[in-house]
Formats: sequence, structure tokens, C-alpha cells
Amino acid sequence: MISFKHVNKRYPSGFEALKDITFSVTPGELVFFTGHSGAGKSTLLKLIAAIERPTSGNVLVGQQRVSALKRGAIPYLRRSLGMIFQEQKILHDRNVFANVMLPLQVIGADTRTASSRVRAALDKVGLLSKEKADPITLSGGERQRLCIARAVVHRPTILIADEPTASLDTGYARDIMAVFESFHQVGVTILIATHDRTLLDVTRHRVLELNQGKLVA
Amino acid sequence: MKVWLSQHWHALIRAFRQLIAAPVSSILSIVVFGVVLSLPAGIFLLLENLRDISGQTTESLQLSILLETEASQADIESVNARLEQIPTIEGFQFISKEIALQQLQQESELAEVMRNLEQNPLPDAFVVNLGHMTADEIERLRITMLDWPKIAHVLVDTDWARKLDAMLDLGKLVVIMMTGLFGATLIIVIFNTIRLQILTRRDEIELSRLIGATDSYIRRPFLYFGTIQGVTGAILAWLILAAGIYQLNESLLEVARLYATTLELDHLSWQDSLILLAFSGGMGWFGARWSVARHLSHIDDG
Repeated sequence: MISFKHVNKRYPSGFEALKDITFSVTPGELVFFTGHSGAGKSTLLKLIAAIERPTSGNVLVGQQRVSALKRGAIPYLRRSLGMIFQEQKILHDRNVFANVMLPLQVIGADTRTASSRVRAALDKVGLLSKEKADPITLSGGERQRLCIARAVVHRPTILIADEPTASLDTGYARDIMAVFESFHQVGVTILIATHDRTLLDVTRHRVLELNQGKLVA
Repeated sequence: MKVWLSQHWHALIRAFRQLIAAPVSSILSIVVFGVVLSLPAGIFLLLENLRDISGQTTESLQLSILLETEASQADIESVNARLEQIPTIEGFQFISKEIALQQLQQESELAEVMRNLEQNPLPDAFVVNLGHMTADEIERLRITMLDWPKIAHVLVDTDWARKLDAMLDLGKLVVIMMTGLFGATLIIVIFNTIRLQILTRRDEIELSRLIGATDSYIRRPFLYFGTIQGVTGAILAWLILAAGIYQLNESLLEVARLYATTLELDHLSWQDSLILLAFSGGMGWFGARWSVARHLSHIDDG
């Protein structure tokens, strides 16, 4: 369960990114957040992961009040999330396998279990044959799938994705969405921020629209 | 516990990878550590050897007790009895005034003069072998002996040993100051090395934070990196000293042969070697800890 109650976010520059946002997402639900650039989609996802803190209001993730979480507890919240970022954040000094392995190293998983989980995640996104490849040799779609594999390898209950299909052509975007659908079918809660109309027009899932920091639909 | 050990193991591997990834800068840092540490450690080693040599020399010191010329046989026996009760001395020998005169008449350049004397001017004497005693202990013993009855003079030359002790104490102070100064240099070297490491691994640190890495998880490989550099630098310093001692001993062997004696410098004891390792490793760890604390806070979660 993810819940926002009268959440406001104002950046130090004075820019009001979110204004009085209230909504909730039930476990296992797939929800899209849409809106123009600067509408507040990324900020909203950052509040869930405690990358940003709300200026006022409450953000709840499961039983945790994220808005009041102590600094030392944030890493443990993030371990329950899978995050896919707009800028991909791939490490180019290691291969595909090592990139996906990273979240498991952070939680201290033993090497044998971690290796089999990494291979399973890569298989799920169709990258198993490229486990030893240098990320620089991957196409845009493959890189995004690498990021999805890294986000799900530690089996999070919540997956948040910020513009996962941005800069991908329609074919790749459809593949990525198919991967998200497969995770949704096994009960993972998924929140996707996107302004890709081609995805939104065909979806049967809930779409929440933001406009200038306000929830409009 | 298993998770904790696994994370430390991975951090150690990552630290070694960082060392290997930039071999030139790693080697340069280790050489700086080694050379900087070898200076105070080398002076300390020389002082320790000097102290040993001076200790060996004071061990061979003798003290001469000259009795008054009118001392009787009873006085001689009294001194003999008192000397027997001092456990710290290695032994003593009585030399009567007659034997002393005979020796002078036979061996001395003044033999002719001594033969023509009407009266024996020499006193009865005791020669005391002092064994392992410090200059202060010898001086206290000398003053005590002067209070004994019928003692004219107690002769011993401890001035040079006292001066050497003072010089060695001064040298020790210099070593402490140099160690402090060079320790600070090593901390600064590691501080800067880790700063550069953090800058080059900024993306990885940001990403690690986003996927749930704790601060201690992020810090750990840097701390290992600093400690490894410190410990490796100490090993290099130890090897530099070993090479120096070997060379000096080669030269001393020639000198000792000329004087028909044995003279050899010792390397650091295993306790001192461990202190060197711990000190250098500690400096590496501290420099890394300081740098990480200062620079990680400037990297946000992206």
C-alpha cells in the first residue's frame, strides 16, 4: 500500500513541484502517472524512495511513514523497492552481469544464490545471452532491460519507473511494457511515470494525471 | 554475521581492485608511505642500536676503590665483606699495594722511577666489575662507597655514558616529533588519494545509495583501501630498513675486523615491526575515514 496525504513539495529555489497530492495505490496495482514535463511526476516517485522529502503532508509506503523516516532507515526502505531511472545509471566499468549483481551485493547475498538470481533476472528480460557483454555495446532497449533486471533482482514488492520508455522507439517501448506486465501479473506493485501517449492510450490500468504539481485526474 | 563477513570480504576485494585499477598512483602512494616511514623508523633503529652498544660498553665498566694508605687488614676485610653483600656487581678483585707496586715496576713506563722510590706510595685497592648497571646506578654506588670507612677514592668514568644517554633521549624526542610530522603527511596523502577515488566513482556511489547501500557499506572499500596502502607502505619501509641494515653491517664488519671485535646492527624487533605496521595501517585508515566523511556528504542521491 502506497499512500499520499495532502503532500506538498517546494524546492529550495521556491519552485512548487507538488501541491496537495492525495491518492493511494493498493498492493499489486499498476499505476501510470502522466503529465507534461515539470508536472511533478519524477518528484512524486522520488518522495516514495525518500530521495526527496515532502515539505508537508504524509507519504506512506507499506507501514513506513517515509516523510518521517530517519536517515539511517532510508537504505532499508530502498531495498524493498526496485527503481528504474530516466537516466539509466549503468556502470560502464563492469559487464551486464556485474551491473545486475549490485543490489544483491548491497544486501550481502551469498555469491551462489546471487549468481542464480542475476541469471534469472537477465533471463526474464531476455538478456541472459549478453551477461558478459560490456553495457556500452547494448542497444537503448537492451540497456533499459538491464536496468529493469537490476531493479527486480532482489525481488522488491514495489517497482517504480521514471520514463522507462523515453528515448526508445515504439517496438522497444512495447517490449519494456510487456516486461512490466509480467511483473504485475506476479503481484508486484508498479508505478510508472511517463508522458508516452502511445502507452497510455492502450493501457487498461489506472492513470493519474499531474498538471503543474496538482493531481487533475 | 555471515552477511557482515560477506560484505567485508566484498569490500576488501573492491579495495584491491581499486589498487590494481590505478597501478601507477597506487605504487607511488605506497612508495611515499615507505620512504616517509623509513626515515623516523631508521633513526629509531639507529638509536636503539646505539643504546645497545652503550649498554654493552657500560657492562664492561670497572670501578676502582682506593683505600687510605694507613688502612689496616681489618679495614680491607670490612670492605671485602661489604662488597660481597652487593648483588648487583658481577665480581671484584683485591689488589694489595705491594702487588700494585710490583706491576708498576714491571709494566709501566715509570718502572725506573718506581724502582727508586724509598716508600710504596700506592694504596690497597679493590677492582669491581659492575655488570649491567645504568650510569645513575653506578654513581649512586660510588657515593655509597665513599661513605665506607678508610676509603680514599672511588674512581669510575660514567660521564660519557651519561652524555650518551642524554643524547639518546634527545634523539628519541626527535623521532617522536618526526613521527608526528610524517604521520600527518601520510594522512594528507591518503586523504587526497581517497578524494580522487570518490570523484572517479561518484556514479557508483550515487547508484549504490539509490539501491539501498548504507553509508558504512559505501565507506568500507575506501577504508580498506587506505589501510592496505598504509600496511603495504610499512612493509616497504621495513624492507628499506632491512636493506640499509644489511649494507651498514657489511661496512661495520670491516671496521670490527680491524679492531678485533664484533659489531653488528640489529633490525627492528618483531614488536617494533608490529607497531610500525599498526601505526602505518592506522594512519591509512584515519586518512581514508576523514576523507570519506568529508567528501561522501557532498554526493547526494542523484
